[in-house]
Amino acid sequence: MPVPGSDGSVQVRNESPTRRFPGYVRTFISSDRNLTVKWAIPFLSIAAAFVLCGGLMWLWGANPFRVYGLMVQQSFGSVFAINQTFLEAIPLLLCGLGVAWAYRISVWNIGAEGQFTMGAIAATGMTIYFPHLPSVVMIPSMMVVSVLAGAGWACIAAVLKAYLQVNELITTLMLNYVAGLYMDYLVYGPWKDPKGFNFPGTAMFTPSEQLPTLFGTQVHIGAVIALVGVVLYAWTFAKTRWGYELRVLGSNPTAARYAGIPVVRQMVWVMFISGGLAGLAGMCEVSGVTHQLQHGLSPGYGYTAIIVAWLARLHPIGLLVSSVFFGGLLVGGYSVQTLGLPSSISLMLQGAILFFAVAGEYVQQYGRWSWRVSSQRGGVS
Amino acid sequence: MNALWSDVGLVVSAGTTLVYGALGGIVSERSGVINLGAEGIMLMGAASAYLTDVQTGNVWLALAAALLSGILFGMLHGFLTVTLRANQILSGLGVSLFGNGLSAYVGNSVVGVPLSVSVPSVFHVNLMVWLSWAMALILVIWFYRTRWGMGLRALGDSPAAADAMGLPVSALRYGYVILGCVLMALGGAYLSLVYSPQWVQGMTAGVGWIAIALVVFARWQPLRAVFGAYLFGGLNALNFRLQLAGSHVASEFLNMMPYVLTILVLIVVRWMSRGKPTGQPLALGTPYIREERQ
Repeated sequence: MPVPGSDGSVQVRNESPTRRFPGYVRTFISSDRNLTVKWAIPFLSIAAAFVLCGGLMWLWGANPFRVYGLMVQQSFGSVFAINQTFLEAIPLLLCGLGVAWAYRISVWNIGAEGQFTMGAIAATGMTIYFPHLPSVVMIPSMMVVSVLAGAGWACIAAVLKAYLQVNELITTLMLNYVAGLYMDYLVYGPWKDPKGFNFPGTAMFTPSEQLPTLFGTQVHIGAVIALVGVVLYAWTFAKTRWGYELRVLGSNPTAARYAGIPVVRQMVWVMFISGGLAGLAGMCEVSGVTHQLQHGLSPGYGYTAIIVAWLARLHPIGLLVSSVFFGGLLVGGYSVQTLGLPSSISLMLQGAILFFAVAGEYVQQYGRWSWRVSSQRGGVS
Repeated sequence: MNALWSDVGLVVSAGTTLVYGALGGIVSERSGVINLGAEGIMLMGAASAYLTDVQTGNVWLALAAALLSGILFGMLHGFLTVTLRANQILSGLGVSLFGNGLSAYVGNSVVGVPLSVSVPSVFHVNLMVWLSWAMALILVIWFYRTRWGMGLRALGDSPAAADAMGLPVSALRYGYVILGCVLMALGGAYLSLVYSPQWVQGMTAGVGWIAIALVVFARWQPLRAVFGAYLFGGLNALNFRLQLAGSHVASEFLNMMPYVLTILVLIVVRWMSRGKPTGQPLALGTPYIREERQ
């Protein structure tokens, strides 16, 4: 709240709990909120979601402790398990980063799933139409085409929103189905491996088309790419002029327009980046994990990424933590199938986490459950 | 003549789920609350109805189960968006994912189990189809010919004005959100009990989302929504016919048609109505806080 200082200039009242943090941290924390509550909410919402879904499992005759025990053991209980969790976390982090870019300017990209698929298709297309390229050429060009494919897919929705005000929620989601069906067409039809025993997948990638792995683990170089992406994301929004413009655009589009920020162009660029990151995730998945394009490539990374981003409050460090957590949740979800339960338990948990997190924002903004009463509320002024 | 009637029947039966979904979306959005949970709620309605039908052999109990799941999910979405004033888009996405996961879990025991009793037909038309027509008519009369309908439109355009009229804004929004969810759940029940009839995990395959797009296409008007739903139903029927006839186009491309058409329809609608009001309720997506300046 600006108050006139003694010299007549306008100063910001220096009482925000976030003041003690350096600028690049503060960028990601809105002032005037109780920090402890803010960062406790994601963890509390995860706990609440586990309790709720545990209750539902118990009602349906499954032992929730056994289910959760198995999930934790299979996702974090051994070196192999942690390897698997990190492998799942890489596409989640890349897609989550992608949607976080869009959400920062309030563009609802829920099409990371389709952008991921298009990226995977493009990368596989490189291996099919340009085989026998050396690895140093092959891998970078796979990355470039996958970024372009994912970005192009996202830009369809962005352009329609920019020029015709078509709701991007619907277009991005519809394009998910289109991309998924197109991939199915390819892996069941023209791209199917003739030696694949009728399995709906392309031929295996040659070693020069596969992403190198890190230090003898299964985790591939995509992890490093994702980390670079996180740093660039943090740097852009905290340090650059463009990031500042995007922040203005996100918090008040009208003000941004009056300030001369080219709203439409910014939006298309952000969607380009958003889709490009998801496309890159698709390339990392086919080239780093499955080594082929196959039916059911993504277990819904694009949708989980939305929750990854929101639970992290679009914060770069938060994105790292939540992508690993949800990676573990996905791995744990596969493991419950051994108990005769559907793996969609992880979907149920994800949904519950999201709406508990959404509900938690109420507690943070309006609730009495806060250690400090915000000056904006209570009292007649 | 007979062939024509069977075509009409195919179109209607393929479109009825969408009629329910789009009407549910319209009711909810008219009151100012977006419900993106349609996909999950439809799946819950489908799973709970199918499970109850198989377990009890009573189709009325099955429909009641769908009704109940609609009410519960409506209360959940209403609590988040009306009481907690949460972001409606996020809440809807959460409900959608949760419903998707829970329905797979609940319906896991009846995958591949045949249905025991189906919904009866009256005059060769399924009872649930009659109900969908009745709902569309009731909603039209409700919206444009009654006081309450006027109140509903005020709720979506200017909740402050509705409040000043003495209407209980939160209670009404709850009611309409729940009604919308009930309609969506019935649409799901129609899908699993009548149209398919079977339960498959994730069987709606985007129908809930198409229904949400139809709301925009219909400009929030019930009869236009019925028209739009049968347009998509016709597309489905055509797709079915083409696949039976062994067309040369790969089935994946035929299956893409509804999704592509949804986007095309939205483009055309926006293009034709550029510069004109879209019919969207003005306060759509914004929670109402009495003390806050509008």
